[in-house]
Amino acid sequence: MTRYFSEDHEWIEVEGDLGTVGITDYAQGQLGDITFVDLPAEGATVAKGDSVSVVDSVKAASDVYTPVSGTIAEVNAALEDQPELVNTEAETGGWLFRVTLGDASELGALMDEAAYQAYLESL
Amino acid sequence: MSAPNAAGWRPSLGQAERAENTTSSGDYGLILEEGLSFELGAADKCGVDIDYADRSPIEGLARFLRSEAPALPGLTEPEVVRHYTRLSRQNYAIDLGPFPLGSCTMKHNPRLNEKMARLPGFADVHPMQPQTTVQGALEVIEQLADWLMKLTGMASVAMSPKAGAHGELCGLLCIRAALDARGETRDVVLVPESAHGTNPATAAFAGFKVETIPATPAGRVDVEALKAKLAPNVAGVMITNPNTCGLFEPDMREIADAVHAAGGYVYCDGANFNAIVGKVRPGDLGVDAMHINLHKTFSTPHGGGGPGAGPVVLSEALAPFAPLPFVTRGADGSLRLVEEENAGEGHAQAFGRMVAFHGQMGMFTRALTYILSHGADGLRQVAEDAVLNANYVLRACDDLLPAPFAASGPCMHEALFSDAGLAEGFTTLDIAKGLIDEGFHPMTVYFPLVVKGAMLVEPTETESKAGLDRFITSLRSLAERAKAGDESLHSAPHFAPRRRLDETLAARKPVLVWRGDAAAAGTPSRSEVGGR
Repeated sequence: MTRYFSEDHEWIEVEGDLGTVGITDYAQGQLGDITFVDLPAEGATVAKGDSVSVVDSVKAASDVYTPVSGTIAEVNAALEDQPELVNTEAETGGWLFRVTLGDASELGALMDEAAYQAYLESL
Repeated sequence: MSAPNAAGWRPSLGQAERAENTTSSGDYGLILEEGLSFELGAADKCGVDIDYADRSPIEGLARFLRSEAPALPGLTEPEVVRHYTRLSRQNYAIDLGPFPLGSCTMKHNPRLNEKMARLPGFADVHPMQPQTTVQGALEVIEQLADWLMKLTGMASVAMSPKAGAHGELCGLLCIRAALDARGETRDVVLVPESAHGTNPATAAFAGFKVETIPATPAGRVDVEALKAKLAPNVAGVMITNPNTCGLFEPDMREIADAVHAAGGYVYCDGANFNAIVGKVRPGDLGVDAMHINLHKTFSTPHGGGGPGAGPVVLSEALAPFAPLPFVTRGADGSLRLVEEENAGEGHAQAFGRMVAFHGQMGMFTRALTYILSHGADGLRQVAEDAVLNANYVLRACDDLLPAPFAASGPCMHEALFSDAGLAEGFTTLDIAKGLIDEGFHPMTVYFPLVVKGAMLVEPTETESKAGLDRFITSLRSLAERAKAGDESLHSAPHFAPRRRLDETLAARKPVLVWRGDAAAAGTPSRSEVGGR
């Protein structure tokens, strides 16, 4: 399993051809208390960079962009009743959706954990 | 500037005493605790005297008779009047004090506007009256349209859209109609980060794909990034000028020329026109369509105070596609409306219509009154005073609160601050809540998103220097407390009818419908919401 990060503060953990996507702990901290998560439809075809989900917080509604192309395989139904999971477990239980990778080479454009930490420090 | 009653010649409000004392009623002085109408009412009470004996069902409708009474709160007329009057006393309005919401131009609604709008010839007309009997009302529309075209340097104006976002939709539908007439399919609208949040929403609603243009470090549109996105599939760009950072977009002409050269159109969000009215004509900047919020720049009531009105001025290129109806003057000097049946009179390419009739007549009367009472020179002074006031606030506070774009020069109508530099754990929200205690409506917070913990203050020209000084004193004192880590600020407001509410819980688990049982509905008790 390998975890990658985007400049838009999404993380994706890849196992085989399935990627699990969420927003980073840094991102949830910036957004403040999450009040609602609008999830994509399972089965939807998405292209890298598409806005596929919206995270509402007390401060703002923010788009979540898929870091890879593919098909939405599953969404985190637990967020319907407990959107706060994105705050408390951003990089584990607060995942947003799973995507079947359409083009694994897209992962090469993302950052690894160390590069993302360096990126955060540059902000 | 001294505080009100600084000399102490009359008794003070005595808030400190109130906190230590309680009353048997739960009310404090003449500030009354207010229940929901359902809690105040009773099912067996009725405010109207209905003669049931004389009410036999209309023939044929008997099957629609209710089998049980509707669950309405039974209240008498005085109870209803008192309920809403008490609620209104807990509200805050521009008629009570400064309303510094950025990007919203909350300014004084002159009472002369109201007097004119209430003249029976304007107030008591019906949209289906014969047009020969409403010549005066039609002339108001004609005159206002003329002023709006002159002030913006544009060729035409669609008067009917009923608010800002409705005007945006009108403008984009004109763009779509113009593209259709050219036989082109362009499906992308470019929207800079510095634009109003409604812009991308409108473009998406009108069926376009939205692509975002980043802002420069100086808070303006990144012109090179915009040019790089221009392509044969770009229908146009939506720019807010002055933008949501309270800054003028100086490259507007260059942007417009580039968009036009690429075959697209330029939509300008005119919500911030107050800052440039009489100073800049958007038509000279290459704008093809712009809505004008009469309820902002032209002082008609705003939000709950009245319906909006968002006429859209249009360039020569888009004018033929403007929605019906139009007021037109015949050879005999009389006025009439161009509607579907006579659209051939110069409006054959109109894309349709936005509303059933011709727009917000009451707002047209108020806006024209405002324009005529100010005159061209007065409108110019409106813009100058509004910009001067915003810069006064900006420079009076930018030593305490970081002003991210202040280095690039004067702001327009809004002063923008960030909460960077407050003590650990203190944010914009604490300052906003503190302002309520200080007797001010908070400014816009956490918008625009490009600034961390944004505080966007738009004083408008309404406020006097003395009023601004009072606001500045409060804002500075709150900033100092937040920088020093004054814990009491975390629980502000202390003196409002309600203390700080749990906004997260309210958003996650909103209770919006009365279910007949306060406990089941989860209505918090007084102590839970921190009542005095």
